[in-house]
Amino acid sequence: MPTIQDYHRWPDEHGRFGNYGGSYVAETLMAPLAELGEAYERLRQDAGFLAELDRDLQHYVGRPSPVYHAERLSQHVGGARILLKREDLNHTGAHKINNTVGQALVARHMGKRRIIAETGAGQHGVASATVAARLGMQCVVYMGAVDIERQKINVYRMKLLGAEVVPVTSGSKTLKDALNEAMRDWVTNVADTFYIIGTVAGPHPYPKMVRDFNAIVGREARAQVLAQYGRLPDVLTACVGGGSNAIGLFHAFLNDADVRIVGAEAAGEGIATGHHAASLAAGRPGVLHGNRTYVLCDDNGQITETHSISAGLDYPGVGPEHAFLKDAGRAEYVGVTDDEAMEAFHLLARTEGILAALESSHAVAQAMKLARELPKDGIVLCNLSGRGDKDVHTIAAREGVEV
Amino acid sequence: MSRIDRRFAKLKAAGRTGLIPFVTAGDPAPAHMVALMHALVDAGADLIELGVPFSDPMADGPVIQHASERAIAQGVGLKEVLDWVGEFRGRDADTPIVLMGYLNPVEIHGYARFAQEAVAAGVDGVLLVDCPLEESAVLQPLRVAGLQQILLAAPTTAPSRMAQLCGSAEGFLYYVSFAGITGAAHLSTGDIAARVADIRTRAKAPVAVGFGIRDAASAKAIAGFADAVVIGSALVERLSGATDAAEITARAQGFLQPIRAALDAH
Ligand SMILES: Cc1ncc(COP(=O)(O)O)c(C=O)c1O
Repeated sequence: MPTIQDYHRWPDEHGRFGNYGGSYVAETLMAPLAELGEAYERLRQDAGFLAELDRDLQHYVGRPSPVYHAERLSQHVGGARILLKREDLNHTGAHKINNTVGQALVARHMGKRRIIAETGAGQHGVASATVAARLGMQCVVYMGAVDIERQKINVYRMKLLGAEVVPVTSGSKTLKDALNEAMRDWVTNVADTFYIIGTVAGPHPYPKMVRDFNAIVGREARAQVLAQYGRLPDVLTACVGGGSNAIGLFHAFLNDADVRIVGAEAAGEGIATGHHAASLAAGRPGVLHGNRTYVLCDDNGQITETHSISAGLDYPGVGPEHAFLKDAGRAEYVGVTDDEAMEAFHLLARTEGILAALESSHAVAQAMKLARELPKDGIVLCNLSGRGDKDVHTIAAREGVEV
Repeated sequence: MSRIDRRFAKLKAAGRTGLIPFVTAGDPAPAHMVALMHALVDAGADLIELGVPFSDPMADGPVIQHASERAIAQGVGLKEVLDWVGEFRGRDADTPIVLMGYLNPVEIHGYARFAQEAVAAGVDGVLLVDCPLEESAVLQPLRVAGLQQILLAAPTTAPSRMAQLCGSAEGFLYYVSFAGITGAAHLSTGDIAARVADIRTRAKAPVAVGFGIRDAASAKAIAGFADAVVIGSALVERLSGATDAAEITARAQGFLQPIRAALDAH
């Protein structure tokens, strides 16, 4: 009998997931990363820390989030049962808070008083501003000028929470540039600053740490589906920007060889048009933002500008663990277009009374495709990573409606 | 002995501090890049650091970011950079050239192919900002081809790591004078002096100091305890906007000559 590969043993001590991951950063950051890595390794095995984290997740974030059978959506699609893991019901409206609550506790244990973060859709910025306010820390959020324009509500939410939002005008003025700028801040203020990266990208230990903090999504969902249906789902799906909500859902199931795993990337106007953000489906291995992973770049190695209707998926890289899972054949990554996501958004709103984030609408669109391929008693488990309130202006503008 | 090693040996014998200008390849004008490189040498450069433009220069401040953006907009990539080095070598066989940049352009070009082409063009070393010692196994084809890997050391580098860097240094060790990005200006000479003095007693290679050096005064302040000084953002800023070869040459020389004089008067 072939031995089942243990996907839970990654990354190795250097932060590598096979050929991917690692710490590709300037020398100045090697020491703070080592310091963070040591602190995190110690804390993640510390009963006191874990109890504190559990308390916050339960009483502040509102966990566990439900697994909800979207019956009318499933009926409309006419295939398998679509179950939604309701991360949109978390405090601040997305899965991002799972990670920021965890990292903020790490920051406090390390004695750091200043939090910085990058944000695309603004959900991670809001989640960072939220935990900083709660712990009485200073918070600076870097956000691309283009994203500031399309996510105005979240910009204002961050300000209400006491954070400073710094517009980033270099490069493509989106998430990748915000990440560059946050790294530049960190390298300049390493002594007192904690950088809360918002997805499973960046140098080691971030891809591991952010995954661990989001992995509660899959642990809960696995137990919930087993309890409610007496078996595991046939297939999982989640949207993939940097990949944190996706790995959060997938991780607990990686060693369940019978559970199929499909990540939905932003295909924008279609992969063939070149206007997309599908790093895994259409990119190649390279080095960006401190790790080796799949990136979208030209033959000169310049990172290319991406397009997605959803700011949170508009990123030319992806977390290294996804690159590893793709090459290992454990997970598949497919593109979902802007139009398909919009259609799924409307359908979910009208059949279930749920306004999903545009990012999450990509996952819903993919769940619908997967449900069609399965019999009625099949189960598709979809991560509904966030709620759509932040997107109503974008949607209205796209549909020519004045709000 | 490599071209870089020969150059530092010569500097040492003459009791001089090396002057290492950094320019972004392709900025301010791709057509005059080779002329600019010769002008740097005429103005007293001992080694040239040529920045390979990258779209996401995480360790650079606005001046070099914008220079990279301008160069990329003009279509500058590794091929152009290597062509310029080759052309430069037609008239200058002695001045070492180090390509400075980020890993992705080299990774995408292919390590083995890059190594072969760079050596053929006359490149002597590479300083890949986002490739620390721990990740440098991928650079093996470069080493085999004879390219030296210039390592960085920083104020945050822990003592045990510093020992490792000192032991692995080849060509020269680049000491980053403060924790920050290029172009910032918080040079604090006192802190650096002690640190660099300690590194120089332990490193297998000479030590160059960069970040925060902007003019003759700051260069001179460093010259007392470093084997070489690196000047980047201030020079890139001075060059930006120049369009014709005469103007570029004049600005490069006007900028570097006083610094050269200050180093030599030391
Ligand atoms: C609701 C929501 N889902 C998904 C994402 C994409 O991030 P990730 O791929 O890390 O989950 C974002 C990012 O802003 C988001 O706000």
